[in-house]
Amino acid sequence: MSEDQAVIQVRGLTKRFGDFTAVDHISFEVQAGEVVGYLGPNGSGKTTTIRMLLGLLRPSEGEGNVLGYDIRRQTEQLRQKSGYMSQKFALYNDLTVRENLAFYAGVYGTTQRSRLAEVIELLGLHGLEDVRVSQISVGWRQRLALGTAIVHRPRLLFLDEPTSGVDPNARRAFWELIYAVVAEGVTALVTTHYMDEAEYCGRVGIMRLGKLLAIDTPSALKEQALPGLAWDIFAEPLLPALTVLEHCPFVLRAGLAGDHLRAITPRDVSGTDLENLLSQAGIASRQLEQVEPTLEDVFLALAKGPEDT
Amino acid sequence: MIEVKNLFKQFGSLVAVNGLSLHVAQGEIYGLVGPDGAGKTTTIRLICGALKPSSAPDGESTEIHIGGFNVLRQTEQARAQIGYLPQRFSLYEDLTVLENLRFFAEVRGLPAVNWKPRCMEILAFVGLEMFTNRRAGQLSGGMKQKLGLAAALVHRPKILLLDEPTSGVDPVTRQDFWQLIIRLVAEEGVALLVSTPYMDEASRCSRVGFMQKGCLIVEGTPAELRSNLNDRVIEVRGQPLSILRAVARADEAVEEAQMFGDRLHLRVRRGTAQEVIARLTQQIPLSGGQVTRLRLIQPQLEDVFIALVETQL
Repeated sequence: MSEDQAVIQVRGLTKRFGDFTAVDHISFEVQAGEVVGYLGPNGSGKTTTIRMLLGLLRPSEGEGNVLGYDIRRQTEQLRQKSGYMSQKFALYNDLTVRENLAFYAGVYGTTQRSRLAEVIELLGLHGLEDVRVSQISVGWRQRLALGTAIVHRPRLLFLDEPTSGVDPNARRAFWELIYAVVAEGVTALVTTHYMDEAEYCGRVGIMRLGKLLAIDTPSALKEQALPGLAWDIFAEPLLPALTVLEHCPFVLRAGLAGDHLRAITPRDVSGTDLENLLSQAGIASRQLEQVEPTLEDVFLALAKGPEDT
Repeated sequence: MIEVKNLFKQFGSLVAVNGLSLHVAQGEIYGLVGPDGAGKTTTIRLICGALKPSSAPDGESTEIHIGGFNVLRQTEQARAQIGYLPQRFSLYEDLTVLENLRFFAEVRGLPAVNWKPRCMEILAFVGLEMFTNRRAGQLSGGMKQKLGLAAALVHRPKILLLDEPTSGVDPVTRQDFWQLIIRLVAEEGVALLVSTPYMDEASRCSRVGFMQKGCLIVEGTPAELRSNLNDRVIEVRGQPLSILRAVARADEAVEEAQMFGDRLHLRVRRGTAQEVIARLTQQIPLSGGQVTRLRLIQPQLEDVFIALVETQL
């Protein structure tokens, strides 16, 4: 594989289970050194995609190339050179931290003793080497699970919902580790269903109902995929204000956001326009500000129609 | 409407809820936010009387009042006030949407003459009126979620307890779901306690309590919580991020420099934002980096949470 070749290259990748299409003609590329997020709700096809990229599931249709290997035919080679951290960490509770790492090193045929020390150092696991996994906290298990996925020096790392259910501090700390691993020349693909977590990624792919709706940097998604500006509107009374916004032709989307309203408008709409709109209906706006759109705004803009049929 | 004082729950040696007190008023959405294992579900189960609290180690009394009833002594009356949507709720997959709802209406003691109009009303409210005859097993995840909400609401409870109703749910459904519950609270004055692992959902609540290790570590309205960090979070964009971060970390007024995919967020000491922006604009090019954007941004509730936990350590 040459230096400039994409680490992941996927074209028209599709997986059907009976008459259910779990992954529907997705195409994308990931370059070396990228951290790419794969964002979508449960059941959107994230894990199925990863399993195909690891050669664990055979695609129904489409082509994929990972680290230069064909995902249908060269599955052994590509698994040898990639690491995978699954949602449910596959750790041995009765073994110590070091024994778990040594076990995975053995599975991958890594013989260098120094690599274990290196991984322990990189993930900040010293002091815990001889403690059994059953004795350590979820946060440390998560680090160890990352360790077992990188012990054989993979060039590509798949992280499947690695931070589900951990607190924000542990999540930030874990992302620091991901960046540290990537700084060593690894490429990472990370799935998540947390809209705000996708902000940590260099590029984000948005998955829904098996389709990849968009893939770009968080900033570009907010500027391009979202057709306008986001506003937070504090108005009195709230529900009539929502009705006014919902019926206004220049408001693309309006919704309740707790004690205020959130609206998306085209770029040429100003705060004064919105204030006038509301005051004409006899509604006072206490505060009206243009705010940073979120990836959730982007997702809602891209997702046309409900999931229900 | 919900009054909880000095709540404890121990499972063996694990203290799941550790001296928690909270109150939720009529028309209020209280968000219980925290990671898995923080004690959110146990708290909700204690409040609805599904679990008995452990006695308080300090000998003080524990109180749980729901709509004026004491959950520990007047359990039945208290429960009648509550609509509860557990994290995993059971629907009868072979029964239709309407049959499921009728079942919950009867369990809740709705008189026979009333159940149908009420069921149709609530199905219209959650947007399932087109699907009354579909079997529950044939519903999408989002529709099941809405049917669960309908079942919790069928007896017109004044108090609603929702345990992680939106975990892993499609954002479009999540958006619909929040619109429904905010409307319910605004129009009918329900008191709502909702738990969530999502920080970004906390901003939709009237008040938020962050839970960690069985305790409420901070509580307030989203605006109050954010005000701690107003004018203290700076976004930096440019290349390369490693240099930007090194320069930012070297600045004495910068408390934290968090890397995101294509930018940095800095938390700075109060009142120093403008000087930090001026210093970094100068320093970064001198260190071989390039700045494309440097500006104050609104703090997120996650920033608040992290800043609080750090200062408490």
